[in-house]
Amino acid sequence: MTNVLTQENLNHSSQVAAHEHEHDEAGNSMFGFIVFLLSESVIFLSFFAGYIIYKTTTSDWLPVGVEGLEVREPAINTVILVSSSFVIYIAERYLHKENLWGFRFFWLLTMAMGSYFLYGQAVEWQSLQFGFSSGVFGGTFYLLTGFHGLHVFTGVLLQGIMLMRSFLPGNYEKGQFGVEATSLFWHFVDVIWIVLFILIYIWQ
Amino acid sequence: MTQITPEILTNKTPESPPNPPNWLRYFSFSTDHKVIGIQYTVTAFFFFLVAGIFAMIIRGELITPEADLVDRTVYNALFTMHGTIMLFGWMFPVLAGLANYLVPLMIGARDMAFPRLNAAAFWMVPFFGMMFILSFLVPGGPAQAGWWSYPPVSIQNPSGQWLNGEFLWLLAVALSGVSSIMGAVNIVTTIVRMRCPGMGWFKMPIFVWTVLAAQIIQLFGLPALTAGAIMLLCDLSFGTTFFDPAQGGDPVLFQHFFWFYSHPAVYVMILPVFGIFSEIFPVYARKPLFGYKVVAVSSLIIVALSAVVWVHHMFASGTPDWMRMLFMISTMLISVPTGIKVFAWVATIWGGKLRLDSAMLFALGGLINFVFSGITGIMLSSTPVDIHVNNTYFVVGHFHYVIYGAIVFGLYAAIYHWFPKMTGKMYYEGLGKLHFWLTFIGTSLNFIPMHPLGLMGMPRRVASYDPEFAFWNFIASIGAFILGMSIIPFLVNMVASWLSGPSAPDNPWRAIGLEWLVSSPPDVENFEEIPIVISEPYTYGTSEPLTENMGG
Repeated sequence: MTNVLTQENLNHSSQVAAHEHEHDEAGNSMFGFIVFLLSESVIFLSFFAGYIIYKTTTSDWLPVGVEGLEVREPAINTVILVSSSFVIYIAERYLHKENLWGFRFFWLLTMAMGSYFLYGQAVEWQSLQFGFSSGVFGGTFYLLTGFHGLHVFTGVLLQGIMLMRSFLPGNYEKGQFGVEATSLFWHFVDVIWIVLFILIYIWQ
Repeated sequence: MTQITPEILTNKTPESPPNPPNWLRYFSFSTDHKVIGIQYTVTAFFFFLVAGIFAMIIRGELITPEADLVDRTVYNALFTMHGTIMLFGWMFPVLAGLANYLVPLMIGARDMAFPRLNAAAFWMVPFFGMMFILSFLVPGGPAQAGWWSYPPVSIQNPSGQWLNGEFLWLLAVALSGVSSIMGAVNIVTTIVRMRCPGMGWFKMPIFVWTVLAAQIIQLFGLPALTAGAIMLLCDLSFGTTFFDPAQGGDPVLFQHFFWFYSHPAVYVMILPVFGIFSEIFPVYARKPLFGYKVVAVSSLIIVALSAVVWVHHMFASGTPDWMRMLFMISTMLISVPTGIKVFAWVATIWGGKLRLDSAMLFALGGLINFVFSGITGIMLSSTPVDIHVNNTYFVVGHFHYVIYGAIVFGLYAAIYHWFPKMTGKMYYEGLGKLHFWLTFIGTSLNFIPMHPLGLMGMPRRVASYDPEFAFWNFIASIGAFILGMSIIPFLVNMVASWLSGPSAPDNPWRAIGLEWLVSSPPDVENFEEIPIVISEPYTYGTSEPLTENMGG
């Protein structure tokens, strides 16, 4: 009898330990992901610094025949991307309340808004009269918007994976790190865009 | 490695069934930080030998004033790949290996925070390392613009092919950056979140402090190099003009991106070596580390200062006077936290009962060389001196004194010190001492002559030179060949000891530290029971136990 009890106690304590271990792992993952994002932000900061230096020191900044950049369409794009940060937050709230369909609806809405942003970017790129190799203006423009667009694309891809995983039974038993990290990444991409929009479109 | 098989297999002990010491795991995608640590170290050593052979050919070319050994184009490729492979193939991987092996043991963790990420980061090393080597086979040969790859030289692409040496160089450097960032995220998370109970910040060994400091630099510095490398790749392959002055680009901007990372990168390499010195001196002098807390914090001061010194590489790049002044002062300030460490080590040794084993000899030699290279460093930080010796052998001499004289010495010290822990075998002390003296004499003969050469005005990266420089170059080449020979007793020692050395006890040096409380080599899980730390490290001369549950 005592043996059985000890065995049960052991099982119980090992379960607690395992649970704490999982909790710890999710905490580690989130911490590591934040560290990674901080590091990743330095690439953007470097590009921004390069852009500022080019813009303030280059004598023939705009390529011949280019007046500047159209702001209206990118501004609409900006509003959509910034709003999607709130939408993804609502999706997360629904997941916390364990309302999976609410989560999926708003999550899908975020994906749609992100995809629309990419579409708008592609349309804008097609309408421009300068290319990647049109001096440092063309180079920095496509480098910044392209590198950021790659991050938006990655974000939408991650969101797609998380959406599919939400249909797996027992997916959230080990916590919601994937969803939380994707959401954080989305906010990161969003903040970067705001700085980028100010630098490229507002400051002309 | 295959010769090791039978020995390792017969070494199998029945009491550790979950840990079959099977040599094959060193070739597998193992997630054990100790296996990965050794994988890193051995792989790095292979690239050390490759880049070392390049150095031998370079010094062979320079033994006479005429360019008569290799073609000048080959010479350019050799010094470029020597520097590149030494840094990205040897230095960073071997340091990652030591950090991997030691940090979890020192902080009482069972493994790193992200074991699979850890293995993935390692397996990129042989891949990009081979990319560097195989770039010798593409048309036009490997990159030839020096390890700093300055434009516009680096974007010329004389072969006209899209697959050229510079392209592969940039790709391999980028992969190395990804691997390093993965490692840095892992190590920082491990140190911040996986310390055992009682292991507060000021109970961590200095090696852990310095690894943390170094990895923080990786995290904020490497992305800047990545940004510059992406832009350089676009210039080289996609027709942009970021760094092409003929079309409105700014080549100096690349230098900013490059040095914003690559000067702090030197601290990434030497900070862990400061940690190694701080671990070794107390053990072999039987005294507590002098000024533990100050030594710990000074690493973080170096991190902060390292972000604002990079322009001292660009005093001759059209840098305005106010910037020269600013960066001269910030660079000189680096000597304060490093000076604190040097005095702390001297005070630790002072009056101690010294035991001159190989590890201690290398640590002492490294300390002496570091002081010497620190003095020439202060000279170089001063703008007028720097303008005078810019791009001369003085810079090459200073740099190699830091890299070989201090860092490689520190790495050897670490390998000797922790070899019994890693392999469970003792090394041969006589061969270790022979290795030390050959290395010390070789280093001095090789790198001291570069200082007078630089002051006389011999430029770096040349295959031929004025006969007035012949004397010092001859001495330097002889030193280099001695340095090349010095590897032989080391390799013989390591391989022979690992195969058939006497078994090592758990704590052969009577050292204090969590890693010395577990068996040699440690079990897969490191600790049977997670230790609870109750005292500061380096309590030599007191009877205070290190842990509550494991003694020490």
